[in-house]
Amino acid sequence: MSQDDHIQAANADDSPVTEKTLRLSPEREAYIDDLQKRYPTKLATLLPVLWAIQEQTGWVSKEWMEYAAQRCECPASHVLGVVTFYTMYHQKPAGKYHVQVCRNISCHLRGAPGIIEAVEKKLGLEHKCVSADGKFSLEHVECLAGCSWAPVMQINRTLHEELTPEQAVRILDELE
Amino acid sequence: MTKVLFEHRGKADIETFDGWKAAGGFSALEKALKMTPEEVIEEVKSSGLRGRGGAGFPTGVKWGFVPKGGEKPVYLCINADESEPGTCKDRVLMEELPFMCLEGALIAAYAIQAKMAFWYIRGEFDLSERRMRQAVEVLREKGLIGKNVLGSGWDIDFGVHRGAGAYVCGEETGLISSVEGKQGQPKLKPPFPALEGAFGCPTIVNNVESLAAVPWIVNHGGSKYSALGTEKSKGTKLFSVSGAVNKPGVYEVEMGYPMADLINKECGGALNGIGLKAIIPGGSSVPVMPADVAMKTNLDYESVQEAGSLLGSGGVIVIDENQSMPELLDILGRFYAHESCGQCTPCREGTGWGARILHRVHEGRGEQQDLETLDRIARFMSGTTICFLASSMSMPIQSFFKHFKHEFEALMPTIDAVAGD
Repeated sequence: MSQDDHIQAANADDSPVTEKTLRLSPEREAYIDDLQKRYPTKLATLLPVLWAIQEQTGWVSKEWMEYAAQRCECPASHVLGVVTFYTMYHQKPAGKYHVQVCRNISCHLRGAPGIIEAVEKKLGLEHKCVSADGKFSLEHVECLAGCSWAPVMQINRTLHEELTPEQAVRILDELE
Repeated sequence: MTKVLFEHRGKADIETFDGWKAAGGFSALEKALKMTPEEVIEEVKSSGLRGRGGAGFPTGVKWGFVPKGGEKPVYLCINADESEPGTCKDRVLMEELPFMCLEGALIAAYAIQAKMAFWYIRGEFDLSERRMRQAVEVLREKGLIGKNVLGSGWDIDFGVHRGAGAYVCGEETGLISSVEGKQGQPKLKPPFPALEGAFGCPTIVNNVESLAAVPWIVNHGGSKYSALGTEKSKGTKLFSVSGAVNKPGVYEVEMGYPMADLINKECGGALNGIGLKAIIPGGSSVPVMPADVAMKTNLDYESVQEAGSLLGSGGVIVIDENQSMPELLDILGRFYAHESCGQCTPCREGTGWGARILHRVHEGRGEQQDLETLDRIARFMSGTTICFLASSMSMPIQSFFKHFKHEFEALMPTIDAVAGD
């Protein structure tokens, strides 16, 4: 590649993505508008904006990070820092069912290793992997605050409590 | 036993506005709004209520730190980022008694004359978040959130703010950073949040359980609350019990209640009658206690401290005799390393290297000096960082070593094995 090509390629990468005019759904845009009227700063709505993006698209892509930066009037680098700081924003598409199995102390004491083993075997997936058909992604997570009902796993936003390995597999079997 | 937080738990429709109203809900808010903010603060001070998130700082005293009549707006942050391993009490309060929690928060917001409150809720929580969003919307419709609440001339707005997975946001200044739309990195104190918190304005951060006790205190009077519990630990507390007991769960008992009764009566004793080895009484960050010591302790701040640990969040983790302590400490080490925000070197490096060393020790691949190194790391990172996270790993390391060192030593390769490598 010549030097000019390099410059051109770099320019192509930097081209303003706003031309693609990414927009959230009207309800989500209205929700963010309302928050931005009430919150002390636009930056303070960054976490809600990122959640809205993830709810709509399933993950937070670079393009949507640019959108969030414009929406919250902050540098895109700040958005990237926030997205990577928190564990729940997906930086690549997660499965249709995102399975989170708790591995922390209270769940461990009630059999979490057996749940993790059964779920990994059933899905054929390891920690932080997505199935080829995109149906499942698996993550071992830290405490889900379900300690008194351990062991627990959470699928998308639903918490499943007091599991046995057999129950965990049955729950996965029943997902369409 | 008097119930403050769970007085109405389990009643029909108690999670709804009408259900809470029928149980006498909002009488405390009405009463408080007829008092001056100072009088509300005095009432809560007189109750002796201490912060239930783990630090145990007197709630009313904290409110009193907010400057009176300042020009800057005041903010209230409700800490519902329940993430301390072993702790699941705030979830129960929000899921089952959302209007009680919200009433307490409104009284707090009035007492400090807040302009806006942020209900900062763990990103993983589903039902809790839906319940709190719904509760806020209902109170907005009823005029209990908004302009001139009940004719008091006081305006309040509420935002339910969803976290996104970061243990360190349970630390009050980390939470503030997160509310501001930043990485949840804790900030140096001073300035204390009561003077300079969210958006550079006076901010109070209170745990859900602390606020949930406030309606009862306002209704019955601070003296009635302070009559419960022990001389220095007033009132009642929720304990979320997990691990090796027959009936794990969230129980409300008076401060000073015997640990042995909590385990044997409320929780139905040790799981399957298997002997107990150890108990962590206040969430994973506090020192572990040998079970026989813990079972002789009463559940109040002073008694637990005298017995060598801390009451913390009230997350009681019960460990049976079949468990490997090096394995449990490996789990905790990995957790703290994962959750370190990375801004302070002693914590970033200490939790990271500490976790790696703990892991190899647990796997029987420990090297000579590893236990000494861990001890040194624990000492070095404790108290040398902006927030408490590093100490939260130091305390488990030091206490696991203090009481269960033999289990770690048993995993160390013998000198012959090392020589033969």
